Amino acid sequence: MAADAQFPPPKVLTYPASAPPSLITQGAEGRVYKTTHLLPDRPSALKYRPPKPYRHPILDARLTKARISSEAKVLERCWREGVPVPPVYAMDPAAGWMMMEWIEGIPVRVGINEWLGERPEDGEEPAEAAEEAPLIDLMKRIGTAVGALHRTGVVHGDLTTSNMMLRQRKEDQVNGGTGAESKAKAVAGDVVIIDFGLATQSMADEDRAVDLYVLERAFASTHPRAERLFATVLESYKHTFKKAPSVLIKLEDVRLRGRKRSMLG
Amino acid sequence: MGRAITGADHPVVLYVLGGNTQVIAYAEQRYRIFGETLDIAVGNCLDRFARALQISNDPAPGYNIEQLAKQGGRVLLDLPYAVKGMDCSFSGILTRAEELAAQMKAGNGKGPDGEPFTGADLCFSLQETVFAMLVEITERAMAHVGSSQVLIVGGVGCNERLQEMMGLMAADRGGSVYATDERFCIDNGIMIAHAGLLAYETGFRTPLEESTCTQRFRTDEVLVKWRK
Ligand SMILES: Nc1ncnc2c1ncn2[C@@H]1O[C@H](COP(=O)(O)OP(=O)(O)OP(=O)(O)O)[C@@H](O)[C@H]1O
Repeated sequence: MAADAQFPPPKVLTYPASAPPSLITQGAEGRVYKTTHLLPDRPSALKYRPPKPYRHPILDARLTKARISSEAKVLERCWREGVPVPPVYAMDPAAGWMMMEWIEGIPVRVGINEWLGERPEDGEEPAEAAEEAPLIDLMKRIGTAVGALHRTGVVHGDLTTSNMMLRQRKEDQVNGGTGAESKAKAVAGDVVIIDFGLATQSMADEDRAVDLYVLERAFASTHPRAERLFATVLESYKHTFKKAPSVLIKLEDVRLRGRKRSMLG
Repeated sequence: MGRAITGADHPVVLYVLGGNTQVIAYAEQRYRIFGETLDIAVGNCLDRFARALQISNDPAPGYNIEQLAKQGGRVLLDLPYAVKGMDCSFSGILTRAEELAAQMKAGNGKGPDGEPFTGADLCFSLQETVFAMLVEITERAMAHVGSSQVLIVGGVGCNERLQEMMGLMAADRGGSVYATDERFCIDNGIMIAHAGLLAYETGFRTPLEESTCTQRFRTDEVLVKWRK
């Protein structure tokens, strides 16, 4: 395959497996493959940071190793403390990869857009509360997931609706149903947070507030039509741990600073 | 301006002047800042380091560091690497590099191989580290906006090693790097005049008596009408 020649996969994926690995994404930082190299009946996601030719080899090796092991360490800690994240199955930091659970489902971003896509264009009149219930419930689940993350002392560093997946539930896997039912499926499932490449450990209100601010801005630019629902995310976040209310107060400062910065520099 | 000279079409711009370090890309009528330094500029870091090593200012400290670095490279000294998303910081690196320079002068500086290192090794290590950071944040911005072109603007952009590293990164992404040469890297007057001319052509007018000077214009404040 031409793509393979241009992007050689890590050595571990060159061994035989029940199905060939498939390249899912190619970002700036690295690539994600779906593979069954661990167990034939259990697909996993392999995150690989290939060497960067522009970097001095010693610096490159040092950074790759540190980043893979820090990401795996954060995931392990979250997993142990009950934060919804994919568990780590295996890793080789020196070779630049780690393997984790493959989340069967769609990114939250896609789910929300699918839901919104079927709404009438006007967007002026807020829909009936009952009609919006599944979307509002998703907002609550997002707030709870982020709260669980912060409670363990981890800040994500890059919270967006692309870095959250909706893990499909068994009962939602059957197709069909009425229009409203199939629409509700777009936003159903457990929220799982992924991509801890920029995560750090912190319990500071400020760092947590910045984390929320990043999500808020990402939400506003990705889903302008659902922006008003972000308050629901914050409302459910507020009840997830003791210091959450003071994080939300700090968030107001952070917002103000963000606005000032874009005006003055 | 950089676009006019180099012919680059939709580049991500790495802007590395003495006083500023930013990664900029064009989206929706404005140049948007994707990343920037959280403390001192990279040029400032290099200048201050040159002072610590008593490297001459003639013709420029950055140029002399570059020449000296070419003689180094036996070892890569461990310096902090500080990238946060698309932002970066240089003050911690400067502090560590100054410490190493002081150790070297005191005659007790040892590299990772246990052998004494030289000023050239320090220059080499500093360049490798800070340029890797600049290339990394530039690459992130390129992935973000889906561009494979980079334009380097500013004095530090004249550094051949930075251009080479940027070239390797861009080639990896199937693109290329554009750099302006010394004549344009440094002259702010030409840049302002060029921007003014482009604005004039789209019908933007400021009577002379109303013209003022805003030193603190941020890159993303200017409405760019001359691009689609
Ligand atoms: N555990 C997983 N299960 C299923 N899909 C996943 C998993 N992890 C990552 N993905 C998919 O791969 C994409 C990229 O993953 P991730 O964000 O972790 O990588 P990245 O290289 O840091 O990406 P980026 O540079 O875009 O931030 C995700 O958007 C998702 O679609």
